[in-house]
Amino acid sequence: MPHKINKIEFKILSPQQIKEMAVGEITDPTLYDKSGYPAENGVMDPRMGVIDPGMKCRTCGKSIGSCPGHFGYIDLSRPVVHVRYVKTVYKFLRATCQECHKPLGDDEEIEEMEDPLYELYLKKRKKCPHCDAEQDKVKRKRPHNFTLGGRQLNPREIREWFENISDETIKKFGINGGRPEWLILTLLPVPPVTMRPSITLQSSQRSEDDLTHKLVDLIRINQRLADNIEIGAPDFIIDDLWELLQYHVSTFFDNNLSSVPQARHRSGRALKTLAQRLKSKQGRFRGNLAGKRVDFSSRTVISPDPDISINDVGVPEQIAKEITIPEKVREDNLKELKSLVKNGPENHPGANYLKRPDGGKKKITEDNCEKISEELEVGFIVERHLQNGDVALFNRQPSLHRMSLMAHRVRIMPGKTFRLNLCVCDPYNADFDGDEMNLHVPQTAEARAEAEELMLVQENIRSPRFGGPIIGCTQDHISGLYLLTGDDVEFDRKTAQEIVTQAGDEDVVFESETVTGKEVFSKFIPDLTVVFDSESGDEKVIIENGELKQGRIDEAAVGSFAGKLTEKIERKHGTEVTKDFLDSISRLSLEYLNRRGFSMSISDLDITEESKDEITNMINDAEEDSHRLIQNFEEGDIDQIPGQTKKESLESHINRRLGQVQNSANDVVGNDLPQKSSAVNMAKSGARGGMVQLSQIAGVVGQQTLEGNRIHRGYKDRTLSLFERGELSPKAHGFVSSSFKSGLSPEEFYFLVMNGREGLMDTSLRTRKSGYMERRLVNALQDLKVETDGTVRDNRKTIIQFTPGEDGVDPAKSKEGDVPIEIE
Amino acid sequence: MNYEKKVNKLEGKLPERVKNRLIEKMEEEELKGQEADELIENTKKEYKRCRFEAGEAIGVIAAQSISEPATQMTMRTYHVAGSAQGVEITQGLPRLIEVVDARKTIKTPSMDVYLEEEYQNEEEARNVANEIRETKLVDIITEDRIDLLNLVVEFDIDKEALKGVNMDKEEAIGSLNKGRRKYEAELDGNVIKIVPKDDDVSVRDLQKIKNKVMDKHMKGIKGISQAVVTETQGMWTIQTLGTNLKKVLKVEGVNPKKTVSSDPREMEKVFGIEACRNTVLKEGHKTIKDQGLDVDIRHMMLVADTMTVDGELKAIGRYGIAGEKGSVLARASFEVTVRHLTDAAIEGEVDDLNSTVENVIINQTVPVGTGMYDVVYKPERSE
Repeated sequence: MPHKINKIEFKILSPQQIKEMAVGEITDPTLYDKSGYPAENGVMDPRMGVIDPGMKCRTCGKSIGSCPGHFGYIDLSRPVVHVRYVKTVYKFLRATCQECHKPLGDDEEIEEMEDPLYELYLKKRKKCPHCDAEQDKVKRKRPHNFTLGGRQLNPREIREWFENISDETIKKFGINGGRPEWLILTLLPVPPVTMRPSITLQSSQRSEDDLTHKLVDLIRINQRLADNIEIGAPDFIIDDLWELLQYHVSTFFDNNLSSVPQARHRSGRALKTLAQRLKSKQGRFRGNLAGKRVDFSSRTVISPDPDISINDVGVPEQIAKEITIPEKVREDNLKELKSLVKNGPENHPGANYLKRPDGGKKKITEDNCEKISEELEVGFIVERHLQNGDVALFNRQPSLHRMSLMAHRVRIMPGKTFRLNLCVCDPYNADFDGDEMNLHVPQTAEARAEAEELMLVQENIRSPRFGGPIIGCTQDHISGLYLLTGDDVEFDRKTAQEIVTQAGDEDVVFESETVTGKEVFSKFIPDLTVVFDSESGDEKVIIENGELKQGRIDEAAVGSFAGKLTEKIERKHGTEVTKDFLDSISRLSLEYLNRRGFSMSISDLDITEESKDEITNMINDAEEDSHRLIQNFEEGDIDQIPGQTKKESLESHINRRLGQVQNSANDVVGNDLPQKSSAVNMAKSGARGGMVQLSQIAGVVGQQTLEGNRIHRGYKDRTLSLFERGELSPKAHGFVSSSFKSGLSPEEFYFLVMNGREGLMDTSLRTRKSGYMERRLVNALQDLKVETDGTVRDNRKTIIQFTPGEDGVDPAKSKEGDVPIEIE
Repeated sequence: MNYEKKVNKLEGKLPERVKNRLIEKMEEEELKGQEADELIENTKKEYKRCRFEAGEAIGVIAAQSISEPATQMTMRTYHVAGSAQGVEITQGLPRLIEVVDARKTIKTPSMDVYLEEEYQNEEEARNVANEIRETKLVDIITEDRIDLLNLVVEFDIDKEALKGVNMDKEEAIGSLNKGRRKYEAELDGNVIKIVPKDDDVSVRDLQKIKNKVMDKHMKGIKGISQAVVTETQGMWTIQTLGTNLKKVLKVEGVNPKKTVSSDPREMEKVFGIEACRNTVLKEGHKTIKDQGLDVDIRHMMLVADTMTVDGELKAIGRYGIAGEKGSVLARASFEVTVRHLTDAAIEGEVDDLNSTVENVIINQTVPVGTGMYDVVYKPERSE
């Protein structure tokens, strides 16, 4: 087992520590000597680590990749303040006495304070309670200068002051990370070259890291300051250089300080120094530590495959040859692995690498595979290609919930896309308009076991969000089942047998000469009894002992997010049976649809002339009513709604009146459409679309809105120039009285598009807002877990809930959030 | 019946809600002795099966369960309460964010005012609503003008509006003459005259006075701009826009035991932290439910509990829970990275690495779920 890190302490480095951990002082601003080697005592000093392949580290003897790098240090000619601690320095200056360096507060007082350093800083005491010395005013001059009674206070003086503060005082202030004088830097650690490697461009020219540039500048100024001090230059020159040194050290830490000009690269680009490396999404923390790049992963376009199981994922052979699984050679798999190695890296069930127990690693090539295959012994580790049945994690971004990453069993397939069953589209929120997904292959037995037990698709059928199935049939599956389980569907025995076999159940035998659709479907229901309402609102669905007695199967029975039948099967028979059920009924449904034929045409939405007239009349009535309302309003007679102005009330009334048209149009269209048409079937079964969509196509599109109101924006007092100024009629404010089928007039189309654009803007804004909310929520709640004693605690072990969710019921195991109470 | 007795014997073995549902079910099916026992046994088994397992990362699941459907929420505000006459209240995603953020001032605070038994009819409810609703002078006048000749401001009283809020003219004058002011209000028939105390006023001063007086509080409770009476299942309630819980609770006819505000911070101030927790829970859950989204209430419960464990309402985010975490690395990986690191250094903080992100950062097993236990896989040795 590798070492385990138990804790991480955060401290301030003392000058001594800086010296101790360094390999030496860095004094030379030159990077490379004339021969091109890194200069001794230079910023790229070879003792600080290796960045060139093939070199050995002078300090630790390791080579690139394993040498962690070593610090150096710069001896600053004059001390400077650490920018990140200017505020702390300021607090110390104001919280301690200028004479005796004790805190400006007596012991009892400090005892009671939560943050004495800060509170004393705020108090601005004029007199020391210990030595009665008068205190001059300490002021901060941004960014990093201080004055004492109007006189400039230089870092050297501050350092002397701080050196005299006793350890006891520091402790009282709650400072445990080090001495305050360490905040005034005398030595500056030089980060190892391994964290600022230079890049060699194609022109064999070296391009240095931003930090290196910064260090070179820093050493130059430091040197100049030292020289000037030595020759006894006048104070103002020294002070100027000192200020410059302070600037360089400050920007070395953070190049984004307010009131400090940014240090720039020759090209004018601001340098990325230490703070910038850590910060924000692409920074070290969020970009490299909390989220890492991984090996054994792949990404490609996805496409559907209704014939594979929901647990499966189709993987292209090309990917399978690239991604490997390490397998230890045992006696029982020796033969098998030998043949894999023999196949080499190019032929599919092959292998790419061989690891010996002594640690030697060998690449298997087309040339040496035969030979290596002969040498294979028990105890070796073969990195073999991905094969059918291996477990892999499959993921689609945005990963909004845990079902965005599930384990699948691999199926190697021809082609270049990942294949997935249509039933798992919903948890991933995937479609096939060019979506790409990622595949990760776990490399250890533990990881594989966990993936299979906890993350497999079938184990995630029940969503922890609401305790119902999130995986189920979609779209054509539902149309198919709805049609199949209709009352007048009948097959002869042969056809029925064929359909069932096609769906995957070869053992079923039908006895009677004719078989109904319900009987066919029943063959796939496990033994259970359940009654529920159907989506279409027809008769109730009754299933007795695994036999569909009444009703038609639709969205409410097997759909994702709804699936009453799926839910019951999962609870009663477990996930394995549910998986088989979903696999076979989705195949069954598609098989039936293929045989029957399923298409849609514009004539599906033909309504009779009478209905058309009825709708036209309704629209006319509503428009007339609206005009009357408007007329009354203009005469000052309006039924005012409390809390609204007269104008707003008028809008509400008109909106309500026009809304009625839409509702009654829905009814008219709903009653008049040919009930057997595909479009109606889809709407009724919940496969796709609803009555609203149908009536928009056949009847009337209806009122378009912007921000919840009728459309008002556009030109002065009118939406479009073809209307009168101040016109309030329905037509002038976005009421679309045409149907999609009859076609829209130009102004109607314009209103429709306005509405559509608002929708698009809304969506993009929403994704951002909810994304940030998710990040904050997850961050706040990520430490909470259920402890072995049944309480919910955070990482401080504070109890958040004594019983999770007040009753201890896990929504992920419940029936829609409740404990199921059912009679067997 | 004896069902209740039977179920109550299970003291502590089943949660209250399950028990009640159990009784309901038994009554509905009219179960006999043994059948009833069987059902109880079954339910007990089911309850055991449904319980949380130790190590479940309940926090992450709650967070995801709330924010995943949030992507489908609308950003708009809607009218609610009562058919067309409605109070416009923030809903959807903005409201959810507002609740979770524990904002100091929420966009559209509102109250559900419940009434005492004796006030359960439309008339009384309307009276109470009028008591509560803040009436300003603007609401009860039809016209305003400045009499340049006499240097007075005049308002025509809207008699109907005045009647609507149960006031008469004298009362109106009385309200206008309350408090410190630069004018004297007088009644002249149907006109209110505002006579400035200062003799030497310019027209501009008059304008100022006019605007100020129009905004003068006449009646009701400050801050409550609307109060709408609604009836649901025979219960008369008042929904308001704007809150002032402390004052409303004292109004006669208001049931102080049931009346609530939609502002968690106000609830915390008036009723305490538990009420605040329930408000966060209720408001959060309602917001999601009103959008037609199905999220188990337990998820919001955990959020509400986390926000209120320390006895005060804390926001989810940089200035709340996330900023006060024990772990330095966890804080640094959230927001304001550098500040957290430097502060940790000067204070000499120690990160004990006992939760999720810290361990992800240093590449160690996260102590959640299966990671809580040390189980080592030893493959069987072949001889």
